Amino acid sequence: MSRPAPERDPALYTVALAGNPNTGKSTVFNALTGLRQHTGNWPGKTVARATGTFVHDGARYRVVDLPGTYSLVAGSVDEEVARDYLLFDRPDVTVIVVDATRLERNLHLALQVLEITTRVVVCVNLLDEAARHGISIDLGALGQLLGVPIVGAAARSGRGMDELRAAIERVARSPQARPSGRTVPHAPPIEAAIAALVPAIEAAHRGEASARWIALRLLHADERVEAALADVPAVIEAATAERRRLGAKLHDRLAEGFYAEAGRIAARVVRAKRAEGALLDQRLDRILTSRALGFPIMLALLAVVFWLTIAGANVPSAMLASLLIDTLHPALRSGLLGLAVPAWLVGFLVDGVYLATAWVVSVMLPPMAIFFPLFTVLEDLGYLPRVAFNLDRVFKACGAHGKQALTMCMGFGCNAAGVVATRIIDSPRERLVAILTNNFSLCNGRWPTQILIASVFVAAAAPPAWRGTVATLAVVAVALAGIATMFGASWLLSRTLLRGEASTFSLELPPYRPPRLLQTLYTSLVDRTLIVLWRAVLFAAPAGAVIWLVANVQIGGTSLAQHVVRGLDPLGVLLGLNGVILLAYIVAIPANEIVIPTVLMLTVHTTATLAGRGAGEGVMFDADPAAVRTLLQAGGWTMLTGVNLMLFSLLHNPCSTTIYTIYKETGSWRWTAVATALPVVLGVVTCFVVAQLWRMA
Amino acid sequence: MEPRVALLVFALAAAAGLAVLWPRHGLLARVIRRFRSTVPVLADDALKVLFHRGPHAPEALGRALGLPPDRTEAVLGRLMREGRITGQDGAIALTDAGRARALHVIRTHRLWERYLADRTGVSAADWHREAERVEHKLSPADADRLSASMGRPLFDPHGDPIPAPDGTVPDLDGVPLVELPAGAAAEVVHVEDEPAAPYTRLVAAGIAAGQRVRVVEADPEQIVLSVEGGAARIAAQDAALVTARPIDAQGERAVRSLAQLEIGETARVVGLAAACHGPQRRRLLDLGAVPGTPVTAELAGPLGDPRVYRLRGAQIALRREQAAWILVEAEAS
Repeated sequence: MSRPAPERDPALYTVALAGNPNTGKSTVFNALTGLRQHTGNWPGKTVARATGTFVHDGARYRVVDLPGTYSLVAGSVDEEVARDYLLFDRPDVTVIVVDATRLERNLHLALQVLEITTRVVVCVNLLDEAARHGISIDLGALGQLLGVPIVGAAARSGRGMDELRAAIERVARSPQARPSGRTVPHAPPIEAAIAALVPAIEAAHRGEASARWIALRLLHADERVEAALADVPAVIEAATAERRRLGAKLHDRLAEGFYAEAGRIAARVVRAKRAEGALLDQRLDRILTSRALGFPIMLALLAVVFWLTIAGANVPSAMLASLLIDTLHPALRSGLLGLAVPAWLVGFLVDGVYLATAWVVSVMLPPMAIFFPLFTVLEDLGYLPRVAFNLDRVFKACGAHGKQALTMCMGFGCNAAGVVATRIIDSPRERLVAILTNNFSLCNGRWPTQILIASVFVAAAAPPAWRGTVATLAVVAVALAGIATMFGASWLLSRTLLRGEASTFSLELPPYRPPRLLQTLYTSLVDRTLIVLWRAVLFAAPAGAVIWLVANVQIGGTSLAQHVVRGLDPLGVLLGLNGVILLAYIVAIPANEIVIPTVLMLTVHTTATLAGRGAGEGVMFDADPAAVRTLLQAGGWTMLTGVNLMLFSLLHNPCSTTIYTIYKETGSWRWTAVATALPVVLGVVTCFVVAQLWRMA
Repeated sequence: MEPRVALLVFALAAAAGLAVLWPRHGLLARVIRRFRSTVPVLADDALKVLFHRGPHAPEALGRALGLPPDRTEAVLGRLMREGRITGQDGAIALTDAGRARALHVIRTHRLWERYLADRTGVSAADWHREAERVEHKLSPADADRLSASMGRPLFDPHGDPIPAPDGTVPDLDGVPLVELPAGAAAEVVHVEDEPAAPYTRLVAAGIAAGQRVRVVEADPEQIVLSVEGGAARIAAQDAALVTARPIDAQGERAVRSLAQLEIGETARVVGLAAACHGPQRRRLLDLGAVPGTPVTAELAGPLGDPRVYRLRGAQIALRREQAAWILVEAEAS
């Protein structure tokens, strides 16, 4: 049964990286490939795929990082991707990364891989963690038992990486068919089935792959193997008869066989003794998940993260704003005008496109650059799974998954990042619930709006000494309302559009590990911050263009903006808002950061109050609370408008970056539409009801 | 607009909207359901009745489908035109083409139930209804592809055999549960999913195909079973839907579920409950919950659920429902 090998550059070997989740596989990947890597998705799937290259001893190696899986028997998309790659793309070398602290469980996957290919190197990673827990592994004995090269490593410190490269080279250059000499004895019913099939397979002379392997693939009803044996129907019929005899418990028997073997190997190879590290972990767990301290610690940590983000982002945001807006904006303007570029084009490009982009960058970048690294540190420490564990019961009551707590927190940084983070939820229904409700987390882009309006309107009603506290409490109240809405919406979705239960639930609590600060900074900045920022800029630029056009295109003597505002005013007032706010939200779909500048610009524009600014028509700007208050009150704003704006800012459609991300993650127009409509409908209804009740009082 | 008036209008509009759009019970859902039971769908249902129960007189067939005479006539007329039935001596019977179509519909129904059980989280009580809806929509090629993608399963989650494309059906071996005396041990091989009410009661009692049970009491009114560490009481008429294969009970250990362990207690796994199927079962197996494995309950968490268990060297958090599916030895190890 031979399959033509894919075209290969003879000096380029492919190396697949397989392993359980949480084994430090990505650290090994980074250590091998350095910065020469590329992240994308597996074709047709929303599963991340990382590929990279390295050079060793004159030969080039291409490394493919397979998704972390517990097994290869295809059940979830991750397992399917990993299994298909190993079976059909046939990499030259497969490196199985196993966790030294949980060797027995990791061997389950390793043995499955060894059944498919024997061109394997086993990398026993996290040896430093194992030492901390008092666990030692006899690598030599392990190598003898498995029959393949073993490399011990602690990838985070680079230990073992040279040996790994050397081992990869040895296996890559070794001749094609590598006899392994070791097969996993399966449970008796399966061995009997294999024994019944092997003679017929051997008689059909399919030399390349072992008869035993083919028999196992037939028991799995593997389509491609069957197609290759189509000329020997008797073998396929015999296989079907054996499958019938094995009944529905095939997977059960296979797991039993692999684990029996894994247990035998682990007993010979692992030595464990009581160690300080293990005791510390246990003590930490008992505190962090205890009835008394679990929740308070969680809330305190989250409060600290938020406070650091808000306080820490103020100065950099102001600096960026002063650079990009106060300095560069006028410079660009005068520069282009000096080059005799027509004034309208300068307005369009500089006041419209450039200004909106500059706003988004200066408001968005600093908070994200602080929030994401902090969050990633908590993740690296191993604390976040404990948060999911603590909160799971509440989420279960709403039909969701405990890990939604984590994606919800990510959403407080940026909703698009929160949506991508839902990949950690492997049950599809729960993942959709998390995606659809992520927008109720008040993202970084909306905090300035909330803080400003709270200070201008809500706090103004309080005595001066209390104003700061009242403003903070108002914003916190809105954020909490968002969380409550998230729970409510999850509950509702689980009863209507997304009925059902979790198809699989399990949550592994990895051991606590000291975080790698530099690595954290790099991954969170590049993987999360810059990518989201790039997408936001792509959407903000056209938004800026639209805003400028709306304010500057004249129809019948008045601008488009004034027409639209007048038209939307009745609806706006009904909702306790006004036409300016509605128009601002329409044009600010791309990014929440530009709502306030647009609102201010449009208010000035429509009330024709120059108020000492007036760097030109249709130019977005910001101002201090006192000036804002004067401006807005001149535009007819009341406290109701302020309160409803805060509510609407929480409950409106996701920004276009998030909508785009939802589409990429779900692959479905229908769910994207639901995700967009759900918050808007809630927002409109809430504002409407609040406005009526307010006016009745 | 006066606020009170506005609120009233809104409340009325919202109530009307909910009445129309509410899933399953709303007006729209009812209309769609009515729309769906079209003649082709009813024709398939008629073929199934004829397949399972043999030739019928036209009125009897109409009664079996719950249709008024004019609709029955439309259905029979269509089937006659398609050459799927013949009418001789006042009795409607299947032709070869009709038998082939009936088998295809049944096959699709059972494949879809298998798919729902193996690949989704849809609950056992909903499988039949969903499969009833989908069985008319797949072509034979679609059904083949679905079957291949699941490794060509031979039985649906109720234990019903799935017909092969050529119509062959593997045999079921077992006796009705009501025929087993007290003290007998058996493995449940089939749970009939129609009629719906008794089936739902059986699912609620935790009965599923593949379970090992022991009959504790058997009287004309009810049967008491010891199953997977607990007891189940089922009415004798509900038990008529259950078929079981007697087994040798030697060496069967007393079991309890993992959820019953105290924090700090360790026990050995005996197996997974039969009602645990599909992706959840595979995940538990892949994590190491195979017979003989020691498992310890370690942490309870601030809300008591889920709990953390140490399994094969790793700390795995499981909800109470999942822990209930893992059967362990009754005596402490």
